[in-house]
Amino acid sequence: MKVLVIGSGPIVIGQAAEFDYAGTQACKSLKEEGHEVVLINSNPATIMTDPGVSDALYIEPLTVEFCERVIARERPDALLPTLGGQTGLNLATKLADAGILEKYNVRVLGTPLSAIKKAEDRESFRSLMREIKEPVPESWIIESPDQLREVLDLVPYPCIVRPAYTLGGTGGGTAHSTGEPLEVGQKGLKLSEPARKMVERSLLGWKEIEYEVMRDSAGNCITVCNMENFDPMGVHTGDSIVIAPSQTLSDQEYHMMRTASLKIINALGIEGGCNVQMALNPDGFDYYIIEVNPRVSRSSALASKATGYPIARVAAKIAVGLTLDQIDNQVTGTTKACFEPALDYVVVKIPRWPFDKFATGDRTLFTQMKATGEVMAIDRTFESALLKAVRGLEVKQKDLRHAKWAGGQEADSTLKEAIRVPTDERLWAIAEGFRRGMTVQEIHALCKVDPWFLNKMEQMVRGENDHIVEPTVFKMVDTCAGEFESQTPYFYATEGQTFDEVLATKK
Amino acid sequence: MARYLVLSDGSVFEGAPLGAEGETSGELVFNTGMTGYQEILTDPSYAGQIVLFTYPLIGNYGINEDDFESDRLQPTGIVVREACEDPSNWRSSKTIHAFLADRGLVSIQGIDTRDVTKRIRSRGVTMAAITSGDPQEALERLRHSKSYDETDFVQQVSTKAPYAWGRSGKETVESESDTSRLRLVVLDCGLKFNILRRFWNAGCRPIVLPCTATSDEILGWNPDGILLSPGPGDPARLAPVVETVKGVLGKRPLFGICLGNQLLCQAVGGTTYKLPFGHRGSNHPVKDLRSGKVTITSQNHGYAIDPESLKGTGAEITQINVNDLTVEGIAVPELQAESIQYHPEAAPGPWDSRPYFAQFVEQMRRVKESA
Repeated sequence: MKVLVIGSGPIVIGQAAEFDYAGTQACKSLKEEGHEVVLINSNPATIMTDPGVSDALYIEPLTVEFCERVIARERPDALLPTLGGQTGLNLATKLADAGILEKYNVRVLGTPLSAIKKAEDRESFRSLMREIKEPVPESWIIESPDQLREVLDLVPYPCIVRPAYTLGGTGGGTAHSTGEPLEVGQKGLKLSEPARKMVERSLLGWKEIEYEVMRDSAGNCITVCNMENFDPMGVHTGDSIVIAPSQTLSDQEYHMMRTASLKIINALGIEGGCNVQMALNPDGFDYYIIEVNPRVSRSSALASKATGYPIARVAAKIAVGLTLDQIDNQVTGTTKACFEPALDYVVVKIPRWPFDKFATGDRTLFTQMKATGEVMAIDRTFESALLKAVRGLEVKQKDLRHAKWAGGQEADSTLKEAIRVPTDERLWAIAEGFRRGMTVQEIHALCKVDPWFLNKMEQMVRGENDHIVEPTVFKMVDTCAGEFESQTPYFYATEGQTFDEVLATKK
Repeated sequence: MARYLVLSDGSVFEGAPLGAEGETSGELVFNTGMTGYQEILTDPSYAGQIVLFTYPLIGNYGINEDDFESDRLQPTGIVVREACEDPSNWRSSKTIHAFLADRGLVSIQGIDTRDVTKRIRSRGVTMAAITSGDPQEALERLRHSKSYDETDFVQQVSTKAPYAWGRSGKETVESESDTSRLRLVVLDCGLKFNILRRFWNAGCRPIVLPCTATSDEILGWNPDGILLSPGPGDPARLAPVVETVKGVLGKRPLFGICLGNQLLCQAVGGTTYKLPFGHRGSNHPVKDLRSGKVTITSQNHGYAIDPESLKGTGAEITQINVNDLTVEGIAVPELQAESIQYHPEAAPGPWDSRPYFAQFVEQMRRVKESA
C-alpha cells in the first residue's frame, strides 16, 4: 500500500518538534509493515525529511493546492492524517472537504475524519458526551461580539473564553470579572478559523488530569499512562508542570477517570492514539471532561518517553489495520503492545518558555499556550525528578533558588502575588515562600497546587534538600516495572544499589 | 534505627522502619500496580505473603475509611521504596505508616525495590523476613519456618459464620431483603468486599458461607447461583473444598473468580501448577478466545491451570493471558459453570471486566425463569 503522510510544517508556539517525532516514528512503522511512504512537509529541519525515512519526499507548502498535486502525481492508496499534529489534521480535513480524497480514491487511515470532527467541534463533542453521560462544563456558544455581550450576564465567573479548532488553545483566556471576556473574545474570534467561540464555566483550582489512551479497529482499548498537572486547572497543559503517573489519585479516582477516557474513545471510534483531559474536584469524585485530542499530540510524545511505550509507532500500525495484540512490544521483546505500562519511577515535565528572548512579554500563564518547548526528567523520587528537570531547562536557576527572590529584596506582597498568579517563575516563588516561613496551607490557599507537591517542596527547601543527589546507578525504562526482562537501551540515572544491565546484543 | 529485608537465599537488604517493630515473614511477591495499596493491604489473597510494591512512592493518597477489601490486614508485611509522610487526598484519614503501626504490621521502606523485583523475576518467588532485629538470626528462623506452599491459608481467612450482604454492607443472614433479588451463595475462601458490592449492584442478594460449608449446606439455601471466591495459597491443598464444588456442580449456575477458577478446574479433573513469580498488577492483557477481544485486567495469582490437564474433562479454555499465554478463564457449558483467573471486581485495577457480574446474574435469571 502507498501511504501519504502529512508532516507538521514549521515549528510555531504551541506546536513544537513533537510532531516530527511522531511523524518519523509513523513513517518507520509503516515501512516496517512493508508499505510505501510518501511524505509532504515544508520544514527541512526535521528528522522525517531525512533521506530513507520516507520513500518519496516532497518539500512543499502544506496547502490544499500543493497537496493535490502530490496526490495526483503519486496516486497514494491512503492518507494518514493523525500524526502531523493539528496542521496535518486540518489539511487532511480540507482535502476531504474539497473532494480531493474522493476524486483520487485516497482512503483515510486510522481515526475516521468524522470522528475527528466530532471530537474537535465543541458542540458536537458536547452532545456526544451528553449521549454517553460523561460530564462537560456548562458553556455558551458565541458567534459574534454582540452575542458575547449578551451572555456576559449569564456566565458564572471566572469563565473561560476559547475557540474551537486552534493550536494550543490560541485565542483563549480566563476572565475573572465582567470587563475581561469581551476583549479576549474579540481577539480570539479573529484568530480562530471558523468564527465560533465558547464561553465556559471555569474550573480554576480543580486538579487537571490527562489520560493518554489507544484504541484499535477491533475496539481493544488501553491507557498508556495518566498524568497529573502540578498547576491546577486554568493553565494550559502545555504550560503546566506535569507529573506522570498521577500522584494524588486513589485507585478509585484513577480508574473512574480511566474508565471515562476509554468510554469516550470507544464512543468516538478512535483508531490510534488519543489524549483526554479532565478536571477533577480536589474535594470529591466529580469530574468534567475538558478536551479530547483525537490524534497523536504533544502529550503523546511526553507519554511515550515517560513510559517507553511508542505511541506513534503503534498508532501507525493500528491505522493499517493491526490490532494491539498483534503488535510487538519492542521494549521487552517478549510481550505485546496490548497492555498498560507500569512505571517504577516518577516523571516530571517542565515547559520551557521563551521569555528570556521576549523580556517585555506577558509572563502570565493561562489557557493559551506560551511555552515553546519542554524538558522531562525521570527519577525514583519526585524531589530528584523535579530538580533534574530544573537543571535540564537551561535557565539560570540550577535548583529551587532564584536570583530574583534571593536576599528577600522583593516584598512579601509581591511574592504572594507571584505565588498566586501562574507564570514561568511560580515554582521558584513557591520555594521562596517556604524559605520565608510560609506554610503549605498558606501557599495552597494562594496557588491551589495540591498539598502533596507543596509538602515535597517544603521539605526540599527546609531540609536544604534542594540540590541534586549525585546519581550512582542507571536504571531502565522498560514499560513493565521490572516484571519482564527487557531489551531496551533506555535508561535514567538515580541513587540506588544496583545497575540495570545494558544488553550488549539486541534480539 | 535500621530494618532489614532478609531473603531465604541469605541476601540482606538494609532499609528504614515502616509500620510496627518486630519481625515478620512470608512469601515475597511483587505487585506492579501504581495505585491501590489500601485494597492490596486488605485483600485476603495476599495472606502469608510480603508484598513489594514496584511503584516507588506508596501512601501518597493516605488511607481512607472506604477502600477496605476485608476486615483486616492480609499480607504479612510490605516492602516499599518510599512511604509518604504527608499524604494528600480528600478522603485520606491517616498515613500508611500510622495505619501499619496501629495494626501491628512490620514493614520496611528505603529498599531498592527494582533490584529486589529483578531477583524475584529471575529466581522466582522466595520466602523472606522483615526484621528490626538481627538479620542473621532472622535468616536462621526463616530457614526453619514453614514455607508458603505448605500452609493452609484459606481456613484462616474464610469467614467463621455465614453472613449476608445488603445495601450498607455486611448483615445477618436473617436480615430482610428484597425478594426480587437473586440469591447468590458465595463460598468464601478469601473474599474481597467489592465482589459482594458488584453482585449486589447487579441485582443479587449474596449469602456468604465459610469454606467448610458442605454441598448440602450450599444447596440448602436454594441459591439461584453459586460463586467460588478468590483466595490465598496452593489450590492443590484444597481437596475438601474441591469435593464440595463437585457436589454442587451442574445443579446451579456456578461462577468462579481467581482461586474459584482453579477450584472449578480441579472439580472437573484438571490440575494447577505454580508460576515462577505469579501475576500481580493492574495491567494484564487477557484475550477472550470466543470474541477475540482483549481486556486489561487486575490480577493476583501465583498458580495457574495446566491446560493439558483439561483435555477430556468437558472444560474448555475461554480466555488466555496475552503476555505468557497462560489460562485466564474456563467454561464447562453442560454444567452451567464458568470461571476467570483475574479480578472483574478490580479494587484495585481497571473496571473493564465489570460487565461479567451482569452477565452472570443474567445467566442466573435465565436458568431461574426456565425452571
